[in-house]
Amino acid sequence: MTHHFPALLIIVPLLSALIVSAMGWINRRWCFPLAVAALSGALAISVGLLTQVMATGPIAYKMAGWSPPIGITYVIDYLNAPILVVILAVALLNLIAAKTWIEKDFSEKIGAYLALYLLFLSGMVGIVSTGDAFNLYVLLEIGSLTGYALIGLGKERAPLSSLNYLFMGTIGASFYLLGIGYIYIATGTLNMADIASMIPQLAESSTLFLALIICMAGLFVKMALFPMHGWLPNAYSNAPSASAGLIAPLTTKVMIYAMVRLGLTVFTPQFTFSRGMLSEAIVWVAVAAIIAGSLLALMQRRLSRMLTYIIVAEVGYMVGGFWLGNEAGVTGATLHIINDAAMTLTLFLAVSAITWKLGSDKFEDLQGLFGKMPFTMMGFVIAALAVIGIPPTCGFFSKWYLITAGINAGQWAFVGALLFSSLTNAVLFFRIFEIAFFEPFATGHGHHDHGPTFSEAPLTMVVPLIVAAISLIALGLYSGDIVTKLIQLAIPAGIA
Amino acid sequence: MTDLLPLMAAKYNYWIYTILMMTGLYAMIAKNNLVKKIIGMNIFQTAIILFYVSIAYKTGGTLPIIMEGGHGGGHGAINAADYINPLPHTLMLTAIVVSVATMGVALALAIKVYRQYGTLEEDDINHQIRTQAGQ
Repeated sequence: MTHHFPALLIIVPLLSALIVSAMGWINRRWCFPLAVAALSGALAISVGLLTQVMATGPIAYKMAGWSPPIGITYVIDYLNAPILVVILAVALLNLIAAKTWIEKDFSEKIGAYLALYLLFLSGMVGIVSTGDAFNLYVLLEIGSLTGYALIGLGKERAPLSSLNYLFMGTIGASFYLLGIGYIYIATGTLNMADIASMIPQLAESSTLFLALIICMAGLFVKMALFPMHGWLPNAYSNAPSASAGLIAPLTTKVMIYAMVRLGLTVFTPQFTFSRGMLSEAIVWVAVAAIIAGSLLALMQRRLSRMLTYIIVAEVGYMVGGFWLGNEAGVTGATLHIINDAAMTLTLFLAVSAITWKLGSDKFEDLQGLFGKMPFTMMGFVIAALAVIGIPPTCGFFSKWYLITAGINAGQWAFVGALLFSSLTNAVLFFRIFEIAFFEPFATGHGHHDHGPTFSEAPLTMVVPLIVAAISLIALGLYSGDIVTKLIQLAIPAGIA
Repeated sequence: MTDLLPLMAAKYNYWIYTILMMTGLYAMIAKNNLVKKIIGMNIFQTAIILFYVSIAYKTGGTLPIIMEGGHGGGHGAINAADYINPLPHTLMLTAIVVSVATMGVALALAIKVYRQYGTLEEDDINHQIRTQAGQ
């Protein structure tokens, strides 16, 4: 049974999506518990895989018994085992937190909505665990198409934002597909390990270098790296709260994982970082992404929109760190995938709880929120501290690696951009704390004796939020273990 | 310059797919009507499908179906150079399915947009959004 875990990881969400959608016709009350059970099962499997990898090393699973390079393999190693756990934990926490939203917004269509939710996850989990470059494209499209639908189900501008996202997403995925075509021309294979074994003989091949550029360009569009970020803020801020909390933490992070996987495992670091010009250009784009994302975030007057621009800046952190091409940079980028998924989840859960109670997330409506929703705001504060990078939280440690990498590489613009973005984040979040904590007391209408009345979001929203917030501190405290026992083992030799 | 023309003629399949791809990309960026953008997207995806199919071709190759007894008779080994590479074709079956699904989702979203704004022209929609925000 444990032998089939890598396959079950995809099959459990995939099959349960079909069952949940059928259950929508039979008895709608069973849909939600079924989806929670399926996700819990998948999460348990991913934890099992993580312990197995830590005990015995990477696992290669042959789909239907076909050996590579002809068959498709699923490979669970030190790089993707922790990311799988994070993806499924994020999805499960968000599903529980979104229960009230889903019942309110999609009461008629709950079966269909949850089926999309689970299909999206089977795509994401598949991208992370597959060992085949073309299979990755197919799963990428499964994850994206369900993502467009999950966003398009929202109200007002959501369908239009989703359509624009679809155009950009399709361009990105098509470029990736084209790049795979060039890899196939040069190597004649699609299996990641098999491609990697041929790279040393093809080190001078310009076809392969073109393939690298095209694949990366496609992934950059999909992860919303700065000049190609236009679709992200609208799509994420207009999405229904239940979908935003799922898609915002996962999509960009999984795309960055795909970039790391392609750079390290498929093209091998020797080839990926062999052309200094390319690496340097991408780092400069990342610097621009960090600064532009931070400045655009400053201009927003809505909490969820501000967070979407922070995501744009965070994408710059990870892309820049990875393309610095030294050990600290790759470590920092990989660690930040995990940390940023947890931080974004916490922030979006807090926004979803705030929107539930207030019906809006505009800055001026947030007054007196610390008194009204103390637990939600506690979670929000911890997440904000993590994004700024205050030591006990996880955000500090990945940023530390990234800054070290910048110093080691002598890339001072990147170091400067990181520090600038940390300062901007501090300004952004302390502005909100000020509005939410002090503003009603400054009105001077004699309300000093009884502040805002306590009215917290439902328990199903607050508990996942608190769990996510605590996980930020736990990830921070254990980040040493994550780095030495997992990420450093995942980095292949040949990175200085 | 003298070498370029024969090179272009010899690799004409790459030129065709590039031109098609850029046509699609142009439509997606420059067209104002959402359905025209969707059609552009489809042209873009089809260009990549053509690219894959063309790289599978071998001069003098035949269909990759092994007749009874093997090509050229006997039970000996099969000469791969005699057959067109079937793998890109099979990959493109998947890609066609993906592009049909993308098209379906895009059209469904376009219908939702049309019901909401009563138009598919992007600048009309943006105008409506701006006037709503101005209120």
